[in-house]
Amino acid sequence: MRNSSHPITNKQKLSFTFNGKKYFGYKGDTLASALIANNIKLVGRSFKYHRPRGIFSAGSEEPNALVELGDGPYKEPNTKATNVELFDGLKGSSQNFLGSINFDLMAINDFLKNFIGAGFYYKTFMWPRRFWEKLYEPIIRRAAGLGKLSLKADPSHYDKGYLHCDFLIIGSGISGLMSALLLAETGSEVLIVEEDFILGGRLNSERLVINGKQSSIWIGQAVKKLKSLKNVRILNRTTVFAAFDHGIFAAIEKKTDHKLEKSSKPRQINWKIYTKHCILASGAIERSIAFPQNDRPGIMLAGSVRTYANRFGAHYGQKIAIYTNNDDGWKTADDLKNMGLEIKAIIDTRKEIEAPSSSISSYLGQKITKTYGRKGIKAIKLSSGSKLDVDCLAVSGGWSSNIHLTCHKRGKPVWDNIYKNFLSVDNAQKDDIIPVGAARGIFEIQNIISDTNRVILSLIKKIGLSMPNRITITSSKEQYGCSLDLVSSSNPSNSFIDLQNDVTQKDIELSFREGFKSVEHLKRYSTLGMATDQGKTSNILGLASMAKLKGTNISEVGTTIFRPPYVPVAISAFAGRSRGKDFRPTRLTPSHNVASKRNAVFVETGNWLRAQWFPEKGETFWRQSVDREVLQTRNSVGICDVTTLGKIDIQGKDCSEFLNFVYTNAFAKLPINRVRYGLMLREDGVAYDDGTTARLGKNHFIMTTTTANAALVFRSLEFVRQCLLPNLDVHLISTTDSWAQYSVAGPNSRRLLQKIVDKPKDITNENFPFMACRELTICGGFMARLFRISFSGELAYEIAVPTQYGNALFDALLSAGKEFNAIPYGTEALGVMRIEKGHTAGNEINGQTTAQNLGLSRMISKKADSIGNMLSEREGFNRSDIATLSGFKPVQRNQKLEAGSHLISAGKKPTMENDEGWLSSVAFSPTLGHYIALGFIKRGETRIGEKVCAVNLLQNKTTEVEIVSPHFIDPEGVKQRG
Amino acid sequence: MLIDHPLLGLRDSSEFIYMGDAKLLNRPNWKSKNSNTKFIDYGYLRKNPAGEHKELWYHEQGDRSWLVVTRNTVTHEILKVELARYLKRKANAK
Repeated sequence: MRNSSHPITNKQKLSFTFNGKKYFGYKGDTLASALIANNIKLVGRSFKYHRPRGIFSAGSEEPNALVELGDGPYKEPNTKATNVELFDGLKGSSQNFLGSINFDLMAINDFLKNFIGAGFYYKTFMWPRRFWEKLYEPIIRRAAGLGKLSLKADPSHYDKGYLHCDFLIIGSGISGLMSALLLAETGSEVLIVEEDFILGGRLNSERLVINGKQSSIWIGQAVKKLKSLKNVRILNRTTVFAAFDHGIFAAIEKKTDHKLEKSSKPRQINWKIYTKHCILASGAIERSIAFPQNDRPGIMLAGSVRTYANRFGAHYGQKIAIYTNNDDGWKTADDLKNMGLEIKAIIDTRKEIEAPSSSISSYLGQKITKTYGRKGIKAIKLSSGSKLDVDCLAVSGGWSSNIHLTCHKRGKPVWDNIYKNFLSVDNAQKDDIIPVGAARGIFEIQNIISDTNRVILSLIKKIGLSMPNRITITSSKEQYGCSLDLVSSSNPSNSFIDLQNDVTQKDIELSFREGFKSVEHLKRYSTLGMATDQGKTSNILGLASMAKLKGTNISEVGTTIFRPPYVPVAISAFAGRSRGKDFRPTRLTPSHNVASKRNAVFVETGNWLRAQWFPEKGETFWRQSVDREVLQTRNSVGICDVTTLGKIDIQGKDCSEFLNFVYTNAFAKLPINRVRYGLMLREDGVAYDDGTTARLGKNHFIMTTTTANAALVFRSLEFVRQCLLPNLDVHLISTTDSWAQYSVAGPNSRRLLQKIVDKPKDITNENFPFMACRELTICGGFMARLFRISFSGELAYEIAVPTQYGNALFDALLSAGKEFNAIPYGTEALGVMRIEKGHTAGNEINGQTTAQNLGLSRMISKKADSIGNMLSEREGFNRSDIATLSGFKPVQRNQKLEAGSHLISAGKKPTMENDEGWLSSVAFSPTLGHYIALGFIKRGETRIGEKVCAVNLLQNKTTEVEIVSPHFIDPEGVKQRG
Repeated sequence: MLIDHPLLGLRDSSEFIYMGDAKLLNRPNWKSKNSNTKFIDYGYLRKNPAGEHKELWYHEQGDRSWLVVTRNTVTHEILKVELARYLKRKANAK
C-alpha cells in the first residue's frame, strides 16, 4: 500500500508489468518498493524447496526477490528487485517455478524437505555412477535453480574504464559524505561511489534530524557542495565489487539498465579504480532471526520495512508486528506508528530491558514459535501461547558492519562483543581500507558524526595534508544495544538460516552431528552463505547456531570470509568490447589486399590472417588449388608472403658472441653477407625454435624465428641479454612488422628477380650463391634485402622491403613474373613443399623433441657454452634407441596417411609398450603423386626400407608405411644450390 | 598489483610477464665441478616461500626491462624493485 501523503506520490507516475500484469509506481521507486505499494507479497520461489517467498530486504543483500528483467536477448535473470530502479515500461517476472508462481509444481520438494537436507545429493545420487551425468544431474539442475538465460547473445555494449584518485570513498551515507567534504578540502582528488541511484545512503531510510532540519536537507547541501568542487567526482548506480592489491578496486556502473530504450551507449561500465587510500563507508546490513516458518512472504527485515515506509511511502497491510533482539527494532515501530499504521505488537527477545516506547504493546522476553499463511503471513504465535493476527512481520536480528571488501585481501574479521558484530582488523599497510561509520561498527548517529571527524582528520594528519576544520553538525540522538538471540528453540527444520540457499537450522545441526563443525566445513557442507547474496543477512545466524551446538561463542567459532565479487557481475561486463572479432587484434600481412583481390582463403595463425591458398576459376576443392600451387612453383616460380616469421634486428660489438650463446651452433665466423641456419634449445635441452640468421655487417645480424614463437624468442633473447650476459654490447629490436618479406621460389625465381633488382647488382649463382644475402635496391631505387634461402627446396630467395612497400612489391613480383606464369601460393602449399623437402616446423619442434630426435645433434657445439648445451647431454636424450626424424610413405601408394598416427612394428599389437613413434606432418605430395609423412621412429636412420604400421586408434585404421629418408625430393640439394 | 619500475614509476602488473624465482640469474658455469648437477638444480628447483621472495618480472608491454622484484608472497607487499641487468653487472664485477 502507498501512503498517499508521501512526497513520492507527487513524482512522475510509471507503469510496469510483473508476471504479465500491469501496475503503477512512481519515479524514485525500486521494483521492490513498487511491488510492496501494489501489495504483491509472493515474488519468487525458493532455491531448493520452492517455498513461496517475498521481498525480504531493501538492498543488494536481498536473498529472495530475484527476478528476470526484460525480454529477448536483453533478458537478465537473477536480478534483485530491491536494486532495480523502476522505469516506465519495465517488464519483470518471477523465476524458479514450474507451472505458475502461485501454483508451483516443484513445491513438492517442500514436503520432501525431511529427506533432502544438507549433503543429500552427496549421499543419495552415488549409485550407479554413470547415472549422475545423464540422469540425476540434469534433473537436479532443473529443479534447484535460479533464473534462465535467454541463450541469445546480448546486443548491448559494455565498456571498461580506468579511474585514478587519491581517495576512493565507497558509500554516500552520512559518514561517506562527511569524509568526502573533509578530504575534498585538502585539495586531493576524491571519488565517491554509490550503489544506489540517489545519494545519502541510510539517511534516506530514516527520520533523523540534522542541524535542526530533516536529514534530506543536509544531504542536499552536502551533495551540492561536493558537485561544485573540481576535485570531486561522484558515480552513482555504481557498486565496488572487488578490492585488489596496492589500492586497486573494481566497480560496475549501470548506465542504461534503468532505461527502456536501448541506446548505442554502453549498458554498463566495468571500472578499474587506482586509489592511494580507500574510505569504506558502506554502512551495515541487518540480519534475520531463526524461528519456525520465518520465510513467509510478508516477513521482512525491520530496517527495510522502515526504508520502504520512510523513503517510498510503501508498506504491506495494516497490522504490523515487530520481532527484535535489539533496540533498532523499536525505531521501526516508532516510525510506522508515526505514519499512522497499527503496530500490533513488538516482541523483544530480551527480558531485562526497559521498553523504550510505552505506547506500543510489547512482549518482552518472548519468542515467535509459529507463523501462519502460506503465500503471505496471516498470524504469529508467541512462546507465551498467544496468537496475533498480522499481515506484516518486521524482524531485526541486529546489524552487521558491511566489511565484505575488507576481506578480499584476506583480512580476517574480529568479533566485537559489545555490538555483536564482526569488525575489520586495523592493519598498518598503506593501501589498506579504512572503514568509517556503521562499517566501522559505530551505530548511533551522534557517534558516527564524531567518530568520522576523528578518523578522517587523523588520517589527513598522518598523510601530512593541509588540515581542514572538523565538521560541526548536530543531530538526533540514537541508542543501540543488541543481544545474540538469533537461534530458534523449536522446529529447526522450518527455521530458516539462509533464505537463498534454503539452509535451515536443522541443516546446521546435521553438519555438527556429522562432524562438519569448522566454519569452512559448515559452509561447504550446508551451502550456508554460498549463494549470490553470499549470506549477507544469514551468516551470523549460522555461526550463532553452531556456537550454541558447540557450547561456545561466535568469536570462538570464527567466520568464513567474503570473496569478490560483492554483487554478481555479468560476464559481458568483464569482456567489455573484446567480443567476437574484437576479442583480440587481427594482424594483416602486407600482401593482404592483393591476396583478397585474388580471392585468397585466409587462415588464422595466432593473431595473423594468412593466405592459405588462392583458388582459381574452376577449382572447387582446396586440394586442387594447393596441388596446382606446388606444381607451378616447382615447375616455374611462386610467391608467398612470409612476413609473419619473427624478425629480430641484432646490433652491437658483441652480437656474434651473443648469438653463439643463444644458438647451439657457432655464428661468430659467419662471413658478412651470408646466412646460416640456427637451432635454439631451451635450458633443459629440448629444442625451442629454429630459423635463419643473416649477417649484414660486422656488428649487425638479422635473426628470423618461427611465426608462433616470435614474441617468445624475443623475450628469451632479452632475458639472456639482461639477466645472463649484461656486460655484452648487444641491442635488440623486433622488426617483424617493419619489413614485408616474400619468398620467391622455383627454377625461374632468379630470372624473375633479375627483372626488378637494380643494376649493376649481380645475383648470378657465382656472385650470389646459396645462403648469400645483401642489402640492395629494387624497382628503381627502393631499399630491399635479398636472402638466398630455401624452405621449399627449390632455387629460392626471400626479399624484404619496408612494410609500406609490401603490397606494391607483391603486385610488382606477380606482374614481373607474368612471363613465367608466376603465381601466389599460400600456407598450405608452403607446408606441402617443406614436408617434401624434409624441413622441420612446429609439428616437429613441438616442445617435446630434442636436437637428437631431430637428427641435429651435430649442431650442438662442444667448444663453447650455449643455452641448453649442458642438459642436452643427459643420458635419456642420447640413448641409441631414441626416435629420430624420418620420412614415411604408404606401401599401397593410393592410401591416405594421418598425422598423429602411432608407429608399431609389423605384426605387433598397437599398445603403449609397442609404440615406437608417431607421424608428425602429413601431406599429399603432388610432386610424387602420393601421400608422404614426416615423423619420429626409434632408430629411424638405421631402418630405411623397413615396413611398419601407422595406427590411428581413433578411427581404427592401420596403414602399412615404409620408412624412407625425410628428404623426399632433391636430397642432395642440387636445386637450391643451382 | 602495481610495480614500482625503477625507470618508469608505478606500472600495472598487467603490463608484465611473470617468470618466478630470480635464481635464474645465477646460471652455473658449465666448466665448474659437477656442472651437470648444478644445471639440473638451476633448471628444475625453485623456491616457493611464504614471505619475502625475489622474483623476475618482464615489462613486455613497456620498456622490455627484466626486473627483480622483492615481494612478500603473504601480504603481497612489494619491498624492492631493481633492474636485473644492474644487479647482474654488479655481481659480475665482484
